[in-house]
Amino acid sequence: MTDGQRADPRLYDYWPWEGRPKITWPNGARLAFWVAPNIEFYELHPEPNATRTAWPRPEPDVLSYSLRDYGNRAGTWRMMEVMDRYNVRGSVSLNVAVCDHHPELVDACVERDWEIFSHGIYNTRYCYGMDEAEERRIIEDAFETVERHTGQRIAGWLAPALTHTERTMDLLAEYGVLYTCDLFCDDQPQPVNVKSGRFISVPYSLEMNDIIVYNVNQQAPRRYAEMLKANFDQLYADGADSGTVMCIPLHPYAVGRPHRIEAFEEALEYITGHDDVWVTTGREIAEYYLDHYYDTAVASIAAANER
Amino acid sequence: MGLGESYLSYPHRRYGMDHKWYEWSELHKRPQVSWPNGARVAVWVTVALEFFPLDQPAAPFKAPGGMVTPYPDLRHYTLRDYGNRVGVFRVFKVLDELGITPTVSFNSRVAERYPRLMDEVVGRDWEVMANGVDMGRLHHDGLSRDDEVALIDDSLSVLREASGQPVEGWWSPARSESSSTLELVAERGVRYVGDWYNDDMPYPITTAGGPLFSMPLSHELDDQTVQFQYKQSEAQFADQVEDAMRVLHKESSESGGRVLSVVIHPWMSGQPHRIAALAGALATVMGYEGAWSASGSEILDAFEASP
Repeated sequence: MTDGQRADPRLYDYWPWEGRPKITWPNGARLAFWVAPNIEFYELHPEPNATRTAWPRPEPDVLSYSLRDYGNRAGTWRMMEVMDRYNVRGSVSLNVAVCDHHPELVDACVERDWEIFSHGIYNTRYCYGMDEAEERRIIEDAFETVERHTGQRIAGWLAPALTHTERTMDLLAEYGVLYTCDLFCDDQPQPVNVKSGRFISVPYSLEMNDIIVYNVNQQAPRRYAEMLKANFDQLYADGADSGTVMCIPLHPYAVGRPHRIEAFEEALEYITGHDDVWVTTGREIAEYYLDHYYDTAVASIAAANER
Repeated sequence: MGLGESYLSYPHRRYGMDHKWYEWSELHKRPQVSWPNGARVAVWVTVALEFFPLDQPAAPFKAPGGMVTPYPDLRHYTLRDYGNRVGVFRVFKVLDELGITPTVSFNSRVAERYPRLMDEVVGRDWEVMANGVDMGRLHHDGLSRDDEVALIDDSLSVLREASGQPVEGWWSPARSESSSTLELVAERGVRYVGDWYNDDMPYPITTAGGPLFSMPLSHELDDQTVQFQYKQSEAQFADQVEDAMRVLHKESSESGGRVLSVVIHPWMSGQPHRIAALAGALATVMGYEGAWSASGSEILDAFEASP
């Protein structure tokens, strides 16, 4: 890779917001809304990776490990009850080893007709430093494990702990994954430049991610409810011109705590109380976009970059 | 040249946990717990009495609230000691007025340096929980087994002698454990630990030194975490305590008895501008029908006795 490619690997082309072809979601909806719970397993003693240390404290990092384990023991159930109440299906970003450790959680998702997509094997195994053969193995593992436990063929990918290599997007497209959740540069789906096939980004949102809000930016729950509603209000207004996507990425270990669950519920009640909102999944957004808008998007991007 | 075979091998990838301490278990599938006298939520208030030495070691890491400036850091040393001189009396007064029976955790150095505080606690018949030796002496795998045994024996023997109580609860300073801590405290008559923040209810832990229970000592309804680490306001802390109580109280009607744990540091909540928010939140909590103020041992006794 040259220095210029390292500065911008050209995963996508610049595409200004104004002047794009209009998107209309099914039944005339102006906003596609999806909720993406991350169901994860963190290892107490993970294999070390030279690029990133898994735990902030010396192992065993009891606080960090147990704080995350809460999601599987208690938080997922509490989060699911709220989503059931508002008829919101989840699109699950799954560390696929959860199928082995905690199959009950995956079964509960399947019973609800939730989508399962891949978030790698464990959240403590990073892609940094993998060669191509190794990266192929984790992709194949994800497909195989999810299909065996759920019957679903994964359509989406959120890199494990958001760790990538420079070949990740090309490989995902080659294997038939439809969409990535790792690009945060847009409020609409967009084509991703890959060596073969058609591959898109579906907006996932770092800003609305409960871990970013609670653990990184360290905001209070009632503030999170305000942020979610404000995010919705603007995207809903913008969606009158051309359809937008709002995603709430969640971690049951954060959102599922008793002091936080009502903030999420307040936002769901608010959002699902509006007309012209398509409450959907990542896969359904990706398929609809690929069927109806991908080709016009490619043409529009080419035109925008002609000058 | 990738990461190698070990990075794509998963020796613990099987049903259940990746360690031996406790079993995988989902909160909502467990038998319901009944508290004494029809209580619905056991309110477990823990007051942390800490000593931060002026020469606090930097390794393996500094407990939150520790020294910051070059030696001598009188500003943080004295600000923490404020809790033991002034703040604690403000906090105890609030608890007395609300009829709350807290559990009081001591670094053993606090009991040695400030016997008056032990008199205040024992005189009220409140339970003493061990919190190690001081906030500069952390438990971690860099300690030899003998050195860790010496820390645990120091803590338990000083606190048992000073209080005249069995001292059956253990909380590691900064929730930092070595791989041996659980086993060593179990061998020495400890019945429950508060380091694992992964559940809303007690659950059993197995160690080579005997059985223990994990008690759901809160990390995020802890004034130090919320107001010191997350830098949220005293009002936001109070909101979260009240929001958690509302959720747990509601849950208890269908899911059985629950535990609300609130952790108070007198150096934080005992400040003049913060005490009123704490008092308000605790008054709201205790105003719920079926709120039961109880110590760690009382809650665990009731949990074990529950049919």
